Amino acid sequence: MNSPQHDRPLVLGIESSCDETGVGIVRGTQLLTNTVSSSMDEHVRFGGVIPEIASRAHLDAFVPTLREALAEAGVTLEDIDAIAVTSGPGLAGALMVGVCAAKALAVATGKPLYAINHLVAHVGVGLLQTDGGGPQAFAANALPANALPENLGALLVSGGHTEILRIRNITADVELLGSTIDDAAGEAYDKVARLLGLGYPGGPAIDKLARTGNAKAIRFPRGLSQPKYMGTADQPGPHRYDWSFSGLKTAVARCVEQFEARGETVPVADIAAAFQEAVVDIITSKAVLACRENGITELLLGGGVAANSRLRQLTEQRCNAAGIRLTVPPLALCTDNGAMVAALGAQLVMAGIAPSGIGFAPDSSMPVTTVSA
Amino acid sequence: MLILAIDTSAVASAALVSDDTLESLVGSFSTEDTRSHAEVLAPGIEALLAEAGLTGADVDAVVTGVGPGPFTGLRSGIVTARTLSFVWGKPLYGLMSLDAIALEVAESTDAAPEFIVATDARRKEVYWARYALSDGQLPRLLDGPHVGFAADLPELPVYGAGAGLYSDVVKAVPGFSSRQPEALSLGQFALARLAAGERLLDSTPLYLRESDAQVPGPRKRAL
Ligand SMILES: [Zn+2]
Repeated sequence: MNSPQHDRPLVLGIESSCDETGVGIVRGTQLLTNTVSSSMDEHVRFGGVIPEIASRAHLDAFVPTLREALAEAGVTLEDIDAIAVTSGPGLAGALMVGVCAAKALAVATGKPLYAINHLVAHVGVGLLQTDGGGPQAFAANALPANALPENLGALLVSGGHTEILRIRNITADVELLGSTIDDAAGEAYDKVARLLGLGYPGGPAIDKLARTGNAKAIRFPRGLSQPKYMGTADQPGPHRYDWSFSGLKTAVARCVEQFEARGETVPVADIAAAFQEAVVDIITSKAVLACRENGITELLLGGGVAANSRLRQLTEQRCNAAGIRLTVPPLALCTDNGAMVAALGAQLVMAGIAPSGIGFAPDSSMPVTTVSA
Repeated sequence: MLILAIDTSAVASAALVSDDTLESLVGSFSTEDTRSHAEVLAPGIEALLAEAGLTGADVDAVVTGVGPGPFTGLRSGIVTARTLSFVWGKPLYGLMSLDAIALEVAESTDAAPEFIVATDARRKEVYWARYALSDGQLPRLLDGPHVGFAADLPELPVYGAGAGLYSDVVKAVPGFSSRQPEALSLGQFALARLAAGERLLDSTPLYLRESDAQVPGPRKRAL
């Protein structure tokens, strides 16, 4: 009988928390495959992710995605050392499909199963060596214990979340420093894109149009930036590192209507640019503030909005100015995927953490302090 | 032939049935409630196999109830069945979930020659189907499944939890007024139909309702 390979375990990861059905396979920190099936096209006419449509798509995509991932990695289920699955946070009905599939896989193969936190998995992806054996994101000054640098933070920005995390140990000690109190940043992009008639998903459409607009033509509010929310470093206010995007969305709507009421042409490109500037400015300024005040010197940028050119640019600029080293994984690993789940699963196996078993329930609001159930 | 049957259209249940055994039962379990499918289903199946001293290699086919039933619960059983079938490399069949109760009606002493099976569809509606019964035969589906108000059902005796909920407007058959579809009857039905050379369904879920998604209308004024 084979003993489990704790140094380089072969782990299969399953992701279904939003609209991507992902199956990824890693061996230790080596990425073997990252297979994703997205239902994004089915949500276009609704202007946002419809949970029931996403759940129906997960059901039909799971087995084909699994089959493809195994073929692409050239491994069989018998070879696998452990299975990992996103257990939360995410859309409850969508999570349920991946979790039930993962449990069935565990029953049928007898392999150990890890129920994993989606947000922490976004950070775990930074540990992967990507294809071609390219450099590992954190190879330079990684700790031997968990291969992550000391003083690591993560800024996660997507259609489903906006968070700043502090990671002391990826398998055991993760802290939420701040998050959005209403819409996720990507959601705000989708809603504003709809207001401006730019289609779905809103991020790429606004990013593209914003390049032709004047971001200074209009000034939109930066949510939760007033002193009563911020406080000071010594006496932090109630939302020092938190974001809010719902007021911004209303401000954009009001602005469009004022142009229309005056019978003027709506300067769509300027509005897109000014909106994007407001989002990116407040995200990066608060993230960098959180890093500085918490001794974070390494920052990982993750989530689908990491594809946004202005967000990357301003994050890089402000991190440089603050002496923070910024890492942005390849985009295919920033958006939701199974490889990140497998990557975190492999870390848990290597750390000797016990599997979750098959009796856990998915948790749509799983806190980051719970790395695995 | 050994079948693993799963149904999560209402409660979560699974059963091992075989035509080699008395009453065809090898083992079965079902939960009381309708909301903990993700927790109980996989451990239940694992325990079923372990108690029978069987593994996936001994199973000849996987059968899943394809609803109708509340969507999230329904999918948990179907994705479980699809995954087990894929890993074990065994055929997968679907059966309409209301068939489970129809078989129990056929085997009961107070069976009517024509009847309705109804379960709770929430939102004040029921899932229902109409069956015919002739001596010594398996129940035959005449119409359905449908989703609708209990008051609009054809005037026939109604069996199942959907009848119990609306006994003020339908002819609920007392002994069946809290009956839910379960994998044991479903598996027995599948076994009988396969033995009779009948074709079963595939595992496509019978949602009967659209996803509720609304295409957004014109922008609401913010001023
Ligand atoms: Zn995500």
